[in-house]
Amino acid sequence: MSASNEFVGEARAVSRHAPRSRSFGWAGVASWFGGVAGLLVLAVLWEAAPRVGLLDAKFFPALSAVLAKLAVIGATSEFWGFVASTVRTWMLGLVIATGSGVVMGLVIGLTPGARKYTHSTIEFLRPIPSVALIPGVILLFGSRYQSGVVLITYAAFWQVLLQMLYGLNDIDSVARDTARSFRFSRAAYVRHVAWPTLLPFLFTGVRLAAAMALVLAVTAEMVIGSQGVGRGIMVAQASNAAAEAYAYVLVAGLMGVAINIAARALERRLLRWHPSVRNAGGAR
Amino acid sequence: MIASILRKLGVELALPLILFGLLYALSASSTNFFFPPLATVLEKFNSLWLGPRFVSDVVPSLLRLLAGYAMACVLGVAIGTVIGICAPLRRAAEPVLEFFRAIPPVAMIPLLIVSMGFGNTMKITVIVAGAIWPILLNTVEGVKAVDSVLDETCRTYQIKGAARLWHFILPSASPQIIVGMRLGLSIGIVLMVISEMFAALDGLGAAIIYFQRSYEIPQMWSGVLMLGLFGFVLSMVFRLFERYLLAWYHGVRDLERQN
Amino acid sequence: MTGVETAAVVSVQNLNKAYESKERRVEAIGDLSFDVRHGDFTCIVGPSGAGKTTLLKCLAGLLAPTRGSIRVNGHAVTSPPEEMAIVFQEYGRSLFPWKTVRENVELPLRERKIPKAERQRLVDSALEAVSLANSADSYPWQLSGGMQQRVAIARAVAYQPKVMVLDEPFAAVDAQTRADLEDLMLRLWGEFDLTVIFVTHDIDEAVYLGQRVLVLSSSPTRVLDDVPVDLPEPRTQAQTRIEPGFAELRTRVYRGIQLAKKAKGPSEGAHS
Repeated sequence: MSASNEFVGEARAVSRHAPRSRSFGWAGVASWFGGVAGLLVLAVLWEAAPRVGLLDAKFFPALSAVLAKLAVIGATSEFWGFVASTVRTWMLGLVIATGSGVVMGLVIGLTPGARKYTHSTIEFLRPIPSVALIPGVILLFGSRYQSGVVLITYAAFWQVLLQMLYGLNDIDSVARDTARSFRFSRAAYVRHVAWPTLLPFLFTGVRLAAAMALVLAVTAEMVIGSQGVGRGIMVAQASNAAAEAYAYVLVAGLMGVAINIAARALERRLLRWHPSVRNAGGAR
Repeated sequence: MIASILRKLGVELALPLILFGLLYALSASSTNFFFPPLATVLEKFNSLWLGPRFVSDVVPSLLRLLAGYAMACVLGVAIGTVIGICAPLRRAAEPVLEFFRAIPPVAMIPLLIVSMGFGNTMKITVIVAGAIWPILLNTVEGVKAVDSVLDETCRTYQIKGAARLWHFILPSASPQIIVGMRLGLSIGIVLMVISEMFAALDGLGAAIIYFQRSYEIPQMWSGVLMLGLFGFVLSMVFRLFERYLLAWYHGVRDLERQN
Repeated sequence: MTGVETAAVVSVQNLNKAYESKERRVEAIGDLSFDVRHGDFTCIVGPSGAGKTTLLKCLAGLLAPTRGSIRVNGHAVTSPPEEMAIVFQEYGRSLFPWKTVRENVELPLRERKIPKAERQRLVDSALEAVSLANSADSYPWQLSGGMQQRVAIARAVAYQPKVMVLDEPFAAVDAQTRADLEDLMLRLWGEFDLTVIFVTHDIDEAVYLGQRVLVLSSSPTRVLDDVPVDLPEPRTQAQTRIEPGFAELRTRVYRGIQLAKKAKGPSEGAHS
């Protein structure tokens, strides 16, 4: 299982024959063992280091303390309220970003000439960090959850848009010429040629956007103070409850892992037919 | 020749200029306290950021970013290479990395403030802690997937050890590593700003928050504009660096695309 | 002088290679024995699936044999032997795309710690021999397929190996270029006093180039026929191919391969 998928962006292998085999059979079992072993080592280190004094237990509580605290707060409705808040912000931002990204992507990608006119604007706006919007959203929405949604939408939109444009760029020229010789209408072309090629790229974009959206949701909560897991971290830290703060951090991490696993499983299921997924074993 | 260059420039600048003009015109008569006319913002930009604040704020920010980013690159590539080459190590490390990577780096900020204080060390650590992940993970990915024929070629010509790493593995992985470094740069910028918003006396993030808190709105927006430019310029510099380093890769890909 | 000139440079004895998987055991190579003397140009042909690639990988030390031995220059092959240079079929993937032609040819020599001046000389003479002296500073992907393969050959030649092994090197090249490359091989063989093992599926090519053609059976592979090729030297595309001897030899090899294809070994689909 490749750990890097979220951050693996645009580089495609120079040689398409680069081996990317999935692990099955014996190799898969060994992989499992290896992974579990790694996690165990981490857990042991986390437990031992503060106890032994390697790390100051005041600032860096042992794993057992954090897990215990997690069990305690996990029973409170406040905790689940935070989680629900974060999830809501995340989902809203992601949905809006994906929708607008797909629409813009189709418009720019399919309108002749649109790409070269929008190229400079995209290249200029794209690297602007979404944190630059923080003062603006604070003014507009204060610490309501909409602040987070705007931040997420802005950043995730670019991910989706760029992947859409890559995908549209990648359409097999033979397929395109075949469609033209059969006089496909625009709609038919989109449905039968563009969209299937597009789909894996779109999925990659949504997957990357989903991970980014969670990080931004928590960030917004931490910096702006809206309700959510991020706020949980800040509140705990402000009252010097280190174990609780780390418990919330752990939750944020687990949510991220869960999103990534779900996204990849979904991708594999829905794109099983696609050659790039078949050959590469779903790892991209 | 000149005509074609001018035409290209025209295409590149057309939409941005139109958007800028629209924004300028539409905001000119704005009386909204929170969204002042673009002209005012530009005036503040000129007096603040092209003036004294460049040295007092932009430079410290830039230095922190560069320090953290450089360290993230070195550590990320080094550790990523070791993990990527050694298959059992990679299997063991993957879930651990997957978990760490999912933790929003911002979450570390308050925790690091508590243990490290408010100074530059904390900020640089935050930048490293966040920017290292894409670099490390992409390095692992790049080092893992090397061409089998090239690998056999190295073995038959007795190219082993450090030479194999330097002439074969690292160049082969470099496109993937560069992707990671690009992502790491974006993350580094975000963390630089946020860590400064939390806890700093100087820097872009600190300035923006300061203006926001004291309701000096046009100044705040000028800071936002500066931040946008900051990100844009760094991204352009990175692009140039990438084009130089990966000239061979672009050549091959262009060829593949033609076929 | 105990016949150093005639001692075998490469000696394959009872080579056997089997692949084991969960359900079956496939014997790629059954029992292969042959010798190659210094200065020979030996061609190896066989039907598809005859284990040519497996043989090549065993020769190159990339795969360990299940039984039997391979000796190169007197010592057993357990890892890629120093005295051997391989030219692969996929020339595009065996050259480093981030290095120029010159750097590609020079790299193995740098690893051998050959001093700079000597390296330059070897590289220049090799590139000259394959007529690519003008492309020394280009990148491989800027060159045509035939030129890329010539770079790979130049690299092998500059390496000054005792044995040069080529794995269907001209299979992926068009017919016209292939004829030029075949003649290039003959010229290099003479000029640099090479010992060549040339694996191919092209019967005409094998007879044209080799002094000897080994015909392999299909798996489990063994040597079906050892055909000495005594056609007149120097060989030319125009003349040699219309020699009466050429047709006879060609037919003999062809018949051998047909025989090999019919008599498929028992281990195809065997369970063990």
